[in-house]
Amino acid sequence: MSTQHTTSRRDFLKLSSLAGGGLLLGFSWFSSEAEVPTLLKAPPAGTMGFNSYLSISTDGVITISSPNPELGQNIMTSFPMIVAEELDADWTKVKVIQAPLDTKGFDRQLTGGSGAVPHSWNKLRTAGATARFMLIQAAAKKWNVPAEECTAANSVVTHSSGKQLGYGELAEAAAALPVPKEVKFKNAKDFKLIGTAIKNVANKSIITGKPLFGMDFYRPGMLFAMIQRPEAFGTKIKSVDSAAAKAMPGIVDVVVFQNNVAIVGKSTWEVAKARKAVKIIYEPDGAVESTADHDALFKSLLDTGTATVRRKNGDVDAAFAGAAKTIKRDYQCPFIAHAPMEPMNFFAHVREDGVELIGPTQTPASAQTATAKLLNIPEDRITLEITRLGGGFGRRLKFDYVVEAAELSKLINAPVKVIWSREDDMSGGSYRPAVRYRFEAALDAAGNLVGYKCRGVGINAGNPTREDNFPSGAVPNLLIDCIEHKSAITTGPWRAPITNFLGFAEQAFLDEVAEAAKKDPVQFRLELLEKAKAAPVGEIKYDINRMITVIKTAAEKAGWGKLPGVSQGFSVYFSHRSYVAQVCNVLMQAGKPVVQKITAVSDCGQVINLSGAKQQVMGGIVDGLGHAMYSKLSFKNGAAEQKNFNTYRLIRMQEIPEVETHFIDNGIDPTGLGEPALPPTGGAVANAIFKATGKRIYTQPFIEDANFKTI
Amino acid sequence: MPAYNLLINGKQHTADVAADTPLLWVLRDHLGLLGTKYGCGVAQCGACTVHLNGAAVKSCVLPVSAIKTSAVTTIEGLSELGDHPVQAAWDEVDVPQCGYCQAGQIMTAAALLKKNAHPADKEIAAAMNGNICRCGAYHRIHEAIKLAGTKI
Ligand code: FES
Ligand code: FES
Repeated sequence: MSTQHTTSRRDFLKLSSLAGGGLLLGFSWFSSEAEVPTLLKAPPAGTMGFNSYLSISTDGVITISSPNPELGQNIMTSFPMIVAEELDADWTKVKVIQAPLDTKGFDRQLTGGSGAVPHSWNKLRTAGATARFMLIQAAAKKWNVPAEECTAANSVVTHSSGKQLGYGELAEAAAALPVPKEVKFKNAKDFKLIGTAIKNVANKSIITGKPLFGMDFYRPGMLFAMIQRPEAFGTKIKSVDSAAAKAMPGIVDVVVFQNNVAIVGKSTWEVAKARKAVKIIYEPDGAVESTADHDALFKSLLDTGTATVRRKNGDVDAAFAGAAKTIKRDYQCPFIAHAPMEPMNFFAHVREDGVELIGPTQTPASAQTATAKLLNIPEDRITLEITRLGGGFGRRLKFDYVVEAAELSKLINAPVKVIWSREDDMSGGSYRPAVRYRFEAALDAAGNLVGYKCRGVGINAGNPTREDNFPSGAVPNLLIDCIEHKSAITTGPWRAPITNFLGFAEQAFLDEVAEAAKKDPVQFRLELLEKAKAAPVGEIKYDINRMITVIKTAAEKAGWGKLPGVSQGFSVYFSHRSYVAQVCNVLMQAGKPVVQKITAVSDCGQVINLSGAKQQVMGGIVDGLGHAMYSKLSFKNGAAEQKNFNTYRLIRMQEIPEVETHFIDNGIDPTGLGEPALPPTGGAVANAIFKATGKRIYTQPFIEDANFKTI
Repeated sequence: MPAYNLLINGKQHTADVAADTPLLWVLRDHLGLLGTKYGCGVAQCGACTVHLNGAAVKSCVLPVSAIKTSAVTTIEGLSELGDHPVQAAWDEVDVPQCGYCQAGQIMTAAALLKKNAHPADKEIAAAMNGNICRCGAYHRIHEAIKLAGTKI
């Protein structure tokens, strides 16, 4: 076995050793009390109170440390771009490293909720602008000229006389200067990097197969483990017979802990084989549920359950009683798995003197806290190194797989990497919850929407509504409520939590309401928004103008209603602070609807990296379309029925439509883009399919919808 | 356990493993070639794609004993400097998102272009359909293959 792992840890130490000969600027990007950067005289070890920093070495290399986990949302490129912009750095000399976890210095070392860039925007700019200020001061001092006569560009300070000094040459002198309390940011019109397309800084490593991911962590002497967790939710271990497995080649031990049976050995394949030889008998431990039970339960809860009111405006009962027309529709959302391409895994080494954790996590701080609690040791005895994540989609916000690895390492007293097989990954829980929605609308004789109701019933879904989203605020009488059913089946956030399905249901329903009101779907939405603007009903928590702009721009860019022979569907959704409108074009081919193109207009505020932003929109649309169309996880007697990609269907290249992306340039600070492009897709597609076929879709995946099947 | 002599990326390697060990795990656990990824283990996702005598195969279901004298190429051996036309196109088009599927995508694409340097859109999609990209980078994968085709 060889050690191939080249980790950020090593880079980190190497970088730290350069402290003697350069400018190290440490700053707490994420702690609210320390907005002013502090100059580091010594390497920023975890003990110094800050751990996020930019450094400039005497040879001009600028190193920017990115604290948040990278899972494909491209922040290892977009974060440094922001720093480099305000620094006026030569981008070709910027190096990016992944910071390890340090809870003392960071306030939000987490990737999720499309929050990384919006959260850090000002702090990153401050970091760059501060260093730039000090470099200019240093040059002015050297030349004995006023700083106002100096400018910076491309890692070089230039005096009005034409004299120049590079950042590397200035780094040491700049480091000796006081840190400014206030700095001025650039005007957006002067941005040179921000808003342009910059390639992913990890491209070279990825395309040459470098070991970047948690799965790629190997260390001599490390053991491998797979864990058999209960196949069915609501069951527990009754007995385990591991004698045969223990006798197999390469097997070191079979350990039972919690509700787990861990097979530990010297290689992945030997462990996988021995696992099949372990005989485990389970017994019930609570309710063992099936999807068929849920379907019946949903209907009865929608009809007669006691709901929690989330928002109420006006008098819905009166509005529905006096309506000229009412519409009532149910939408069924299945469980789905996150299924990131890299299955869960983590390395743990619990020793007397401390604990080492290495692997892919979206939420390193929580993982550390939970491990400390489990092992009953102080948090500062645990180091956690964040590897690149082979996708996350919310699954790695949970840390069950980290804690489990630590517990096993302690039990076997050895360094161990726990690997989840794809089957483990898919049957191991934390799904997008199954939910059923009931929407109701009341129209008056003129086709005005006078009453609106939405009830969400979900399994471990908390509040499955977004009660303050559009059309709330635009309808005089409105009731949004919800009911939760508690189950042993575990659920968790899944890219664009709740809105990933709710966006489809709501936008498909509004399309049907527009049809009943005999209005164009785009006009119908615009009218509602104008109403909300003129006479808001209750509190409005979305920006009406931003929404109107994406709607109008999408209609224009997609040629809404102007393409003969093409059936178009419209959708718009506000989620995670950003606004995205989509138009889907469907063509009929051999009697079947084919999704030919989706045009998306996004308002995510300032776009940082145009290449990465387009990726997030295209990827979000592919994700939204794929899961709306094909994906479903069902349960039988508590066990997932789909365990691998042969039965759990994900979208593939042959199924993708053309995608066109546009962004609104409005000078607003960035508002996030990892998730917002996904929620509108299902609605745009369903509405276009209706246009093409006259069939409304109420169930995901669409391929299982009763109406869709009749096409 | 028998020792298998394997020709990988132009070099001879020896692996002392059980006959049914999939090539994927020989590469990863025993030879330290970590570019080839595990995604499903059942020939459904393509993350583990390598070349066997120039053709794309899924190494998660290829027992080491079946390889015999065939030449294996992994992502690490596709080019010496990481500048194979497909790799260059992947950077040019800025394909990777999380990146986990990309070695497999690149190996499948390289094998396709070797047989057919100018595949039609439909041929590209058909050849790549066995490779899942959970991040949904399919558009750029497709674009990069077209671009690489012009440079082969
Ligand atoms: S790991 Fe081989 S095809 Fe998925
Ligand atoms: S880039 Fe993430 S799975 Fe393809």
